[in-house]
Amino acid sequence: MIELAEITKTYRMGEVDFTVLSGVSLKVQSGELIAIMGPSGSGKSTIMNIIGCLDRPTSGTYRFEDREIDTMTDDELASIRNAKIGFVFQTFNLLTRFSALKNVEVPLIYSGVPARLRKERAVPLLEKVGLADRMHHKPTELSGGQQQRVAIARALVNNPPLLLADEPTGNLDSRSGEDILKILTGLNEQGVTVIIVTHDQNVAARCKRIINVKDGQILNDQVRA
Amino acid sequence: MNFIETFRVAFEAILSNKVRSGLTMLGVIIGVMAVILLVSIGEGARVYITKELTGLGTNLLIIQPGKTTASGGFHPPSAGTVRKLTYDDALALRRRAWLLTDAVPIVLGSGRIKFMNLGRDVMVIGATPEFQRVRNLFVDSGNYITQSDVDSKMKIVVLGAKVKQELFGDQNPLGKVVMLSDARYRVVGVMRKKGTSLGMDVDDIVYVPVTSGQELFDTDSLFEIIASTPRAEDVERATAQMKDILMKRHAHKEDFTIQTQGAILSTMDTILGVLTAVLGGIAGISLVVGGIGIMNIMLVSVRERTREIGIRKALGARNRDIMAQFMIEAITLSGAGGVIGILLGVGLALLIPMFVTVLPTSVSAWSIIMAFTFSGAVGVFFGVYPARRAALQDPIQALRYE
Repeated sequence: MIELAEITKTYRMGEVDFTVLSGVSLKVQSGELIAIMGPSGSGKSTIMNIIGCLDRPTSGTYRFEDREIDTMTDDELASIRNAKIGFVFQTFNLLTRFSALKNVEVPLIYSGVPARLRKERAVPLLEKVGLADRMHHKPTELSGGQQQRVAIARALVNNPPLLLADEPTGNLDSRSGEDILKILTGLNEQGVTVIIVTHDQNVAARCKRIINVKDGQILNDQVRA
Repeated sequence: MNFIETFRVAFEAILSNKVRSGLTMLGVIIGVMAVILLVSIGEGARVYITKELTGLGTNLLIIQPGKTTASGGFHPPSAGTVRKLTYDDALALRRRAWLLTDAVPIVLGSGRIKFMNLGRDVMVIGATPEFQRVRNLFVDSGNYITQSDVDSKMKIVVLGAKVKQELFGDQNPLGKVVMLSDARYRVVGVMRKKGTSLGMDVDDIVYVPVTSGQELFDTDSLFEIIASTPRAEDVERATAQMKDILMKRHAHKEDFTIQTQGAILSTMDTILGVLTAVLGGIAGISLVVGGIGIMNIMLVSVRERTREIGIRKALGARNRDIMAQFMIEAITLSGAGGVIGILLGVGLALLIPMFVTVLPTSVSAWSIIMAFTFSGAVGVFFGVYPARRAALQDPIQALRYE
């Protein structure tokens, strides 16, 4: 499903080139549940951003579902993000001006789904993550765990085959974090490919495959029995 | 993302910050209001003056002594004229210029009129009976000047309504003798009230026969000759004919000026048109300032919503979706400001004449259309830069933005 080959990423900061990734190669099969681990600054978030089509590699090739990503235009990347990838962020990243329901509808706006159908698709997802009674609340009126569940519902609304979660439990207490992990692993069991970036050993322990990243390179890549 | 959706997102953003949106719109509101108001005042002046000039009588030709090179417009009566325009010139025109219906010799001056112990400084016009016709004047009681009054230099006077009121009150002035600049004149008539025309009080005038007027002011020259043609189409031919006749009498020198009412009218029209354009232009500057206000707020708004832009991009918004969102927000602000400004501007333009009667206004459709189009254009022009800035945000940096 995903194939990274010799990916490098270099940022130019003033006069100095700053290398974040130096030669990352990685294959992900459909249906995997992967944890990407590493200390901060190791480049794990950059790998995530590249996989999520938010960033482009400086060199190397990236194939997603057998399509070359690095030659695509910004608009094509946007439509891949919209249809194929769901994002879950550490800070939830909900639009604070809108209700939970409206937040879940946002990706549908950009895939051209008419207003009436949007609601029809968003409501069952909010019910599924246990927020049936809170869907008209704004994010500020929800707890962290509830906000993250809204974010998951939003990530799933276009039925993407890939879910990317960047420290999804980082801002949550252990109980809410556990709830979120259960939802993510449950989704994986239903066939969604899930990649979680985390520092947390406990989170990683739930995944079938753990990739350790350090200094912009993959240190080891182990599939657990 | 379809248009209605974009519009709704923009509208929600505007409503979420009402005070700021209102203040931003205020710039455009004031700009549009100023354009409409000032243009309507300029237009009002133009319509008013055109109407007044037309009211003076149509198909008029005015011959003044002295040659001015400019054509059309108002000319000061020239002093030290090479050759005077005489009563005989007027008679010659009357006899030989068959294209003219009238040729009225006029002398003009001021004098002090006294009756009993009351006195008043008035404008004195020396004229012939036809003056009444070319100027659309009517006698209220008694008679106007007759040809025989003119022929025999009768010392008679016709009073304007105001002069009569000031000197005689409710008494009947007919037959009474008044002193006009130390000469005795008998009152034969009173004019009907007419009011002011172009700032001149037509009722504060007295009329005497042109020949008596020349004697009164001790001159053998005329102030002007007013001529008229039956139809507007004849004005040009009549001008040529008069020029021919007068030049023969003036040793083949063109030492006089013939102005047509049409030329005066079109000159005034041009001047006031320019005035209106200048007023509109000045007001337009405030509209541009309003537009800069929109740009300023949009830039702040883009910065504030950097994270929102990042989120939307991560969820699949294309650059043009973000661009459209902010463009429509800017255009909505300026467009709504434009509509409110139009309503206020038109409202004020209609109210002003009720309270300030000397200031006529005329709201023209083109000023409304122009103001609205311009305010929309201001939104587009000043919205593009902030919207582009929003659209070209790097999604990762936007998401990290605190």
